[in-house]
Amino acid sequence: MIAGTGTRHLVSMTDLDREGILGIFHLADAFKEVAERPIPRVPALRGKTVATLFFEASTRTRLSFETAAKRLSADVMTFSASASSLEKGESLRDTIETIDAMGVDAMIVRHKSSGVPAQVRAWTKASVVNGGDGQHEHPTQALLDCYTIREALRERAAGAHGAPGVPGAPGGPSGPEDLSGLRVGIVGDVRHSRVARSGVLAMTALGAEVVLVGPRTLLPPSLDGWPVKSTPDLDGVLGTLDVVYLLRIQQERSESGLLPSLEEYHRRFGLTRERATRLGEGALVMHPGPMNRGVEIASEAADLPCSLITRQVRNGVFVRMAVLFHLLGASGPLPVSPHFARTADA
Amino acid sequence: MDTDEVSRALKRIAHEVIERNHGLAEVVVVGLQTGGVPLAERLVRVLKEIEGVSVPFGTLDVAFYRDDIGLRPVLPEEVTSIQVELTGRTVVLVDDVLFTGRTVRAALDALADYGRARAVQLAVMVDRGHRELPIRPDYVGKNLPTRRDEVVDVTAEGVDLGELVADRSGR
Repeated sequence: MIAGTGTRHLVSMTDLDREGILGIFHLADAFKEVAERPIPRVPALRGKTVATLFFEASTRTRLSFETAAKRLSADVMTFSASASSLEKGESLRDTIETIDAMGVDAMIVRHKSSGVPAQVRAWTKASVVNGGDGQHEHPTQALLDCYTIREALRERAAGAHGAPGVPGAPGGPSGPEDLSGLRVGIVGDVRHSRVARSGVLAMTALGAEVVLVGPRTLLPPSLDGWPVKSTPDLDGVLGTLDVVYLLRIQQERSESGLLPSLEEYHRRFGLTRERATRLGEGALVMHPGPMNRGVEIASEAADLPCSLITRQVRNGVFVRMAVLFHLLGASGPLPVSPHFARTADA
Repeated sequence: MDTDEVSRALKRIAHEVIERNHGLAEVVVVGLQTGGVPLAERLVRVLKEIEGVSVPFGTLDVAFYRDDIGLRPVLPEEVTSIQVELTGRTVVLVDDVLFTGRTVRAALDALADYGRARAVQLAVMVDRGHRELPIRPDYVGKNLPTRRDEVVDVTAEGVDLGELVADRSGR
């Protein structure tokens, strides 16, 4: 491995500033074009090994990372906690050091406990990418969400100026670079959501205004230091939102008493068919999946034309290719935001 | 080379392309990002003036195919856009300067992912020597003997030969 490249990680959205995020988007645009080729694969990471270490269940995130790594010609090592020596009592540290000893260039780590990916950095020479840790962060989800919003805005801008591109001529849709001036509502169990935490950091870094919406029991107890507002009144803000981002409601929230019932949640905070008619003009609907149809989102609303949900999944592969190439392709260290620098290594 | 010399070289290359391929029926022009693209666009215009045929045109950024990924910062600079089926066509690959041949090697690998071209031909404005791979151009604007540490710059104003500036040695 090349000197210097082994120390670069994506554990938190604070590892990237605005320029770093836009750099990832620029790369993702290039990988989107790769996906349209007859052979949608490039040799960029030939000889590199990417290990996916999922200590918590996941289908889409793991598949998305593995697809991304394979389209970059990296070798992929898959680790499942349930079929591992963890079951024989091996410690997390020993597991990581064992995998490190086999020689991997990147570890994608998901764990139910917050802070595990940050800790893993100390135990390996590989680049560590956070694939979702507890209630902390899920940075690649935030990146793909913002990329998807930007793509929708750019396609809209291109559509307003006639044909998006003449066949055979270079140049895809152009338009807004970031999310400036956009009003995003993140609706649901914000308090326990790593998607919301990373999302707030990414969206505000890109210039969006974020409103957190949910029952008071599921909103963060404090917004100190967070450049966002919160409200328990979805209907009060619904028409003002450019993006309605619905979080997954976990069943156990109602069992733990934080929610009276899923039916009541749906009535007050779900994107019902009726609420869908009161969305602002051009508003976009998003969800990180997997969806609970009938809880946070009505089935009809999930299938609306303004829903970006399947695009989020598709773009996830391009964005993760960009992250892996950025970390392993030695394109220079990720710039760190001075604004967040104090928390970056906390 | 001044502007007129570059124009004359382009016209000559255009005639050579037409002659060698017995017309332009199967020809696709692909410009390498970034220096080859303006030249490729001009070549397409000249071909149209001569034969009255609009040749399909594409652009290619070879960053992901380079063999020095990990050795220096490698990032795609500009868009890749090849909207035509390459299988069975003759691709004329256009770049400004041919030097080590490594960019062309990467481009050949990239083109193969778009289909099996019947043939790939290479057109360059300047061949400055110092090849590191067995690659040769089919159409050359000018053979320009250089030192390894010199820099060749092809712009709309012509071709300039300059001294090396610190980090451009990888060109």
